[in-house]
Amino acid sequence: MRRNLQVLLIAALFAGMPAGAQTSVPEISFDSVADPLKFPANIHLGEAAGVATNSKGDVFVYTRTGHPTISFGTARPFAHGGSRLFQFDRSGKFVREMGQDSYGFLVAQQVRIDAQDNIWVVDQMSSMVIKFDPSGQVQLLLGRKSESERLPPAAPTGRGAGANFPPAAQAPAGGRGGRGGAPGAGQQSDVFQRPTDVAWDAQGNIYVADGYGNSRVAKFDKNGKFIKSWGSRGTENGQFNVVHGIAIDAQGNVYVADTGNKRIQVFDGEGTFKTQILNVGNPAAICITPGSHQYLYSSSSNPPENIDVDGEIYKMELNGKVVGKFGRAGKLPKEFGTVNALSCRNENELYVGEIGNWRVQKLTLRPN
Amino acid sequence: MSPLSVSYLILPLMLFGGSVFAQTKAKAQNVPEIPYESVPNFLKFPAGLYLGEAMGVATNSKGHIFVYTRSANTRLFEFDQNGKFVREIGEGNYGFEFAHSVRVDPEDNIWAVDEGTNMVLKFNPAGRIVMVLGHRPDAVAGLVAQSPAPGAPAEKYILGRPTDVAWDAQGNIFVSDGYINHRVVKYDKNGRFLKQVGSEKPGSEPSQFNTPHGIAVDAQGNVYVADRANHRMQVFDNNLERKAIYDNIGDSWTVCISPGPHQYLFTSNSNPNGNPPGSWDITGEIYKMELDGTILGRFGHASKEFGGFQVVHMMDCRNPNEIIVAEIESWRVQKLILKPQSAKLSAAK
Repeated sequence: MRRNLQVLLIAALFAGMPAGAQTSVPEISFDSVADPLKFPANIHLGEAAGVATNSKGDVFVYTRTGHPTISFGTARPFAHGGSRLFQFDRSGKFVREMGQDSYGFLVAQQVRIDAQDNIWVVDQMSSMVIKFDPSGQVQLLLGRKSESERLPPAAPTGRGAGANFPPAAQAPAGGRGGRGGAPGAGQQSDVFQRPTDVAWDAQGNIYVADGYGNSRVAKFDKNGKFIKSWGSRGTENGQFNVVHGIAIDAQGNVYVADTGNKRIQVFDGEGTFKTQILNVGNPAAICITPGSHQYLYSSSSNPPENIDVDGEIYKMELNGKVVGKFGRAGKLPKEFGTVNALSCRNENELYVGEIGNWRVQKLTLRPN
Repeated sequence: MSPLSVSYLILPLMLFGGSVFAQTKAKAQNVPEIPYESVPNFLKFPAGLYLGEAMGVATNSKGHIFVYTRSANTRLFEFDQNGKFVREIGEGNYGFEFAHSVRVDPEDNIWAVDEGTNMVLKFNPAGRIVMVLGHRPDAVAGLVAQSPAPGAPAEKYILGRPTDVAWDAQGNIFVSDGYINHRVVKYDKNGRFLKQVGSEKPGSEPSQFNTPHGIAVDAQGNVYVADRANHRMQVFDNNLERKAIYDNIGDSWTVCISPGPHQYLFTSNSNPNGNPPGSWDITGEIYKMELDGTILGRFGHASKEFGGFQVVHMMDCRNPNEIIVAEIESWRVQKLILKPQSAKLSAAK
């Protein structure tokens, strides 16, 4: 059967079928260590929103450990706390916590490590991107946390549960302050609305996926000076419906996980649309391997309210050709619960951060 | 009768029935009174550590006692069989917000049910989280009055203020769910949805629930549900098909089934929160029963004194003659030594 699949696949490639039209995707076999990180007794992983590795193989986890607290009896509702950032060595031994009680740690969304081993944190509720140097000192900030929260009247607003993939009506109105711009276009600045991810090109330019509230990619130079942004809410090329992840290849092409539109869009570094990758489910987390032959991984993450759909992770060539897929939604090792982060510094050794299972899995792929 | 008309009936009662409280007097008459003693100074807390509302209590195979409590933060404590403090479990984790129940499965895993985060958490014996059921509403969604919204269709993997958890011999997981949904959900041992009975709507017909508040499974896999606001316990087979209704025991707040070849069933007609006038006269007792519903005896009464009960929320009955009770309104866990051999008929109250 497997041989037949391969024959079919090769035939399809020779026939020049567009990658997105593949009907049979080979399964990649893999193993998992479901608890690679050893936590101190009094620290528990919550929703594992972000996971990343540095050049030494150290593992960083940005996790939702609680909900932000709002105090009574103050002039305005102020939000505090809710997420924590931890570092482990490559053997899984706990090294340290970073950014304790940080002003910007409210609802963890992502952590990424740049080429110089700086640690970048994206927080969905404070709408901030925070750069720590390898020693743990804050080096650069993008965005600003709201001084206080605007609490909606306590009404039964339906299922907050789906907020990871919220219906459009639940997301904050995009384009606020956009001076008449298209919905979701946001401001021409570093004012984010629920950003989701960050990436860099070889020159160190910074690209922020923004996000749930806005529907844009914002580009900054390496010193944090705003350059440009592109995108608005919609389904056309160059438009987005929840920008949920971003990754950049060695040539500077920008891959954007456009979850709600069930596609990955590819742009050049100036935001010019190049192509889109379809038929890989609803891409929610993406990463690109380093090295001379780069691969693109993308998770078709299941929604938190259902583990009987989706959940598989795709491995692709950068041109979108699917190499294979693995996994499914569920709670066991080798199953995935709403994957929010992929780390693929090593092509066949992935770390996966799960919202649904409060877990980081270390996967070893065994491609044929 | 439609749910809508039910609520029209209930609303005036709530608004104007100042002396009416939800709790009902048990219909069972001439029930033997089982004598008991409460063990003094049972749980020994380290200085500076306090119990809040004692929501959940359970023991493991070694007799260690687990207490799930609402203090400044919701916390889970472990004591040894002599009541000596051992450790805190799950400190500050994402699933602890508003304690409701703790149970220990046959492999000594510790399960906590939290009605603030809508989560059921499985801790391994070492105290690490190994599986979670449900999904905590995201903070960025903002304040919600209740989540899921009352009446919204019940989802397979989203719980609405769940109340309790139990397992059958195969490891299938049964969750009573809860204050917002009114159902019992059966998951397989890997957390995959299999079936439910009840729905998002409260109801009083057989196989409907109004606040399923506690759950236990016997050795044959039958499922016993404390159907609290319907003033009854409902019994189902392992496939959640209806078997029996026990409606002579007042409001079933919580259920416990002892292990061993001869299993006993315990249920508490707990006195209502707030201690409305007259409530202590007709509530507060715990019933000991055969699995078939035959009442063997009763013990306890509503009182704020040591040995009395203040809203029993949960029981442990690993030893059917040593019942450990967790009380909401006395911030207390008591260990009761029953003396069933000297049970005698008391005058009907």
